[in-house]
Amino acid sequence: MIVVENLHKSFGDAHILKGISTVFDKGKTNLIIGQSGSGKTVFLKCLLGLFDYESGSISYDGKIFSQLSEDEKRDIRADIGMVFQGGALFDSMTIAENVMFPLRMFTKMSKSEMEDRVDFVLKRVNLSDAHHKMPSEASGGMQKRVAIARAIVNNPKYLFCDEPNSGLDPKTAIVIDNLIQEITDEYQIVTVVNSHDMNSVMEIGEKIVFLKDGHKAWEGSKETIFKTDNEVVTDFVYSSNLFKKVRRMYLDENQ
Amino acid sequence: MIKEMFRKPTKWSVMKHLILKDIEDLIIGSLGIVAFISFFVGGVITIQTALNISNPLIPKYLVGFATRQSIILEFAPTFTSIIMAGKVGSFITSSIGTMRVTEQIDALEVMGINSLNYLIFPKTMALMLYPFAIAVGMFLGILGGMAACVFGGYTTLDDYILGLQTDFDSFHMIYAFIKTFIFAFVLATIPSFHGYYMKGGALEVGKASTTSFVWTAVVIILLNYILTDMLLG
Repeated sequence: MIVVENLHKSFGDAHILKGISTVFDKGKTNLIIGQSGSGKTVFLKCLLGLFDYESGSISYDGKIFSQLSEDEKRDIRADIGMVFQGGALFDSMTIAENVMFPLRMFTKMSKSEMEDRVDFVLKRVNLSDAHHKMPSEASGGMQKRVAIARAIVNNPKYLFCDEPNSGLDPKTAIVIDNLIQEITDEYQIVTVVNSHDMNSVMEIGEKIVFLKDGHKAWEGSKETIFKTDNEVVTDFVYSSNLFKKVRRMYLDENQ
Repeated sequence: MIKEMFRKPTKWSVMKHLILKDIEDLIIGSLGIVAFISFFVGGVITIQTALNISNPLIPKYLVGFATRQSIILEFAPTFTSIIMAGKVGSFITSSIGTMRVTEQIDALEVMGINSLNYLIFPKTMALMLYPFAIAVGMFLGILGGMAACVFGGYTTLDDYILGLQTDFDSFHMIYAFIKTFIFAFVLATIPSFHGYYMKGGALEVGKASTTSFVWTAVVIILLNYILTDMLLG
């Protein structure tokens, strides 16, 4: 479980995060949503320890990150899997080498054990035949799946995804969303997904935190987001004509 | 950055491969250009010296002497390093800068890897073999001068070799290699700094490469002055 309490973060005079508090539970897909510039990426980078924050706290299973020694922070980071927006695959390595990288760095596995584990996770993300390809030879969807494979290869306790389906076609985006959901259920990990894609909200939003101008404007689930009267949320959710139409149909059915 | 580079080292089994790869990229990959430039610049120094000795009282063996001194003291250690600031320095800045832009450095940090140690330490270690490239440059520069003498007819081979042996001071070699070691460190760290701490996108990677070349060249020239004054002055 990850607990965030009263988190504040600024860059110079710009106050980006303004007292965010929330809890991300184990075995659930937690979504951070909001418009561009709402502070989602900064929030995620604070959670990952990539940005320092002015005040507040973030605790991983009871351990407050900012109070830990460098070694303890390293132990927590070894339990984190991260899927970056662009994949962040290492260009100079093949897909199999990319996935094997955390194992080489953090385990004492033999080469054959590592290869077996890489085979297993690549099969898990439906990329059994891609071992020897370079990242530049893979499509956007494949790169995202490799990034997911690399993130889960070391059995992490926490999985973070920054806009995992940005730049993907709707069908591939759903495949990636479902994969994240399945992995969360299967390994009972804490998954935090940063997104502004309403399809993701409908597919995997077991818990949703809505950010607006650095504030937590709303918190709920995919079941409650379409029923809320919070104007800020409804503005965002029903910004597209498709969702406006869906809402009209929902209201008509319920009258 | 340098202090952080030595903290929390990467596993030796991984680091060993990184160092070998950087030796291949930075040292072996540069031998061709170093050899080509050294050979022909050695030839040009010989021709220029020979053509400017018009006084019959000045012995012809001075051509070999001047070539040796120019190449060992300045051309090989200093001017080759400035050329390498363009080749190796730009490569280091752009490769690390691209990793920054594409979040690959963030990915290393999130995994709990000391990215400064993982990226910069192997390059610094690989460049400790840079004096080997400079030694090759010295040899080929003198050989290029010899070829110009023999094939251009500016002086005899015997005179050239006599000039190479005249008043040879072994401290000049030590001086040249002390400079080379220090320049190697500059070639590893300044471009790495500009790549690692860059901000922005692809355009900024190009700008960072240019800035890194300018600063590396400026620092090499200034250190060359200071070291020459300290060691030979």
